[in-house]
Amino acid sequence: MLTKRIIPCLDVKNGYVVKGIKFKNHEIVGSILDLASKYNEEGADELVFYDIGASTYDGIVSKEWVKQIAELINIPFCVAGGIKNLKDARDILNNGADKISINSPALANPNLIQELANEFGSQCVVVGIDSRYTDNKYIVYSNTGDEKTIKNTQIETKEWIDQVQNLGAGEIVLNCMNKDGVRDGYDINQLNIMLKNCDVPLIASGGAGTKGHFKDVLTKTESSGALAASVFHKDLIKINELKDFLRKNSINIRY
Amino acid sequence: MKIGIVDCGGANLNSIYYSFKRLNIDSFISNSIDELSQMDALVLPGVGSAGKVMDTLSKKNLVSFIKETNKPVLGICIGMQILFDYSEEDNTKCLGLIKGNITKFNKKDVIAVPQMGWNKVECKVDNTLDGYYYFANSYFNKDSDYTVGYTSYGSQFTSIIKKDNLLGCQFHPEKSSNAGEVFLKNFINSI
Repeated sequence: MLTKRIIPCLDVKNGYVVKGIKFKNHEIVGSILDLASKYNEEGADELVFYDIGASTYDGIVSKEWVKQIAELINIPFCVAGGIKNLKDARDILNNGADKISINSPALANPNLIQELANEFGSQCVVVGIDSRYTDNKYIVYSNTGDEKTIKNTQIETKEWIDQVQNLGAGEIVLNCMNKDGVRDGYDINQLNIMLKNCDVPLIASGGAGTKGHFKDVLTKTESSGALAASVFHKDLIKINELKDFLRKNSINIRY
Repeated sequence: MKIGIVDCGGANLNSIYYSFKRLNIDSFISNSIDELSQMDALVLPGVGSAGKVMDTLSKKNLVSFIKETNKPVLGICIGMQILFDYSEEDNTKCLGLIKGNITKFNKKDVIAVPQMGWNKVECKVDNTLDGYYYFANSYFNKDSDYTVGYTSYGSQFTSIIKKDNLLGCQFHPEKSSNAGEVFLKNFINSI
């Protein structure tokens, strides 16, 4: 049986892993390679690197760090942030990333999903979706990295999920914005609604605060995995301990 | 020892190159018969679709070279699938080195397509290779005369094949942590 994936997400800026509140006051947490190694050794099933500095550069972004990660670790990893076209994606994949994840650029140009899937295969193409409960509906938001740019797209989340699958997305990361950063549990209700129409793997994001939250999302929904950032970075939860806990609760987890 | 990674097109040929490098093995990415002929073993890497991979191999005149070689060959993911007769993906005639077909997972039988993540491999004979490996595939072979490792996703499918000089795996050993390293070392030791 396929195991459920535990996925730490690391924010990367100017070659370092950083943390900050809503993309402000970034504080360096550590070197990319040190943290990649640490999570790999603790048993992470996959890593996501979110390049938050990417869009602030003009054009050419050094992806040397992607290559260094690929040389170092032997588990799959995904790079998100700043991928706007085939060339950006090819640079990252050629440097050794297994997947690329796109969010706002896909909303601006949905055909980008299809172009990427045709060129590299669906298994490389992840679409990140920021969804928030607004006026009794789940709505997709774009450019959520900065409160000045954040935009209500008026698109209903389930419609967008349909569309990205039809265009060839191989995986969806659903970030439930109402839960983002509050650490009071994944949005089980929303995830179950969205999973009804989802044929590709869906990764739950937003809300992890305790080990019990991971257990809840992996038993009460058919999410393929659970993504989290701050609980791992702040050492509130260690991945090996989390995985032990989940196995004891009869969840299918890799040793 | 030199291992030739056959450039079948597509991005991310470096992952397998880096994993040999971590094991201190020299490997070279190439699509030239002259260069690949000088290698001790060949890898058909796991990127792209069946149609595109077979197209590239035939454009580079590599089809008969791979079919006729006696060198150890490791096929990874799509690189294993093209060893069979036929793939539903892009309606593709494959190398025909192993009798059998490649079909697509049916969404009715499984939780999601593609299968993405870590799944358990159980071997018929050598259980030292049993363990969790990383899979990323929408297509699979159900069973063959040369299947030595099985995995379940909806139902049981082929995860390792072994025939003469050919070794194939549906998973990505280069992304499968320690289990994957052991698998690759086994291949290296067989060369």
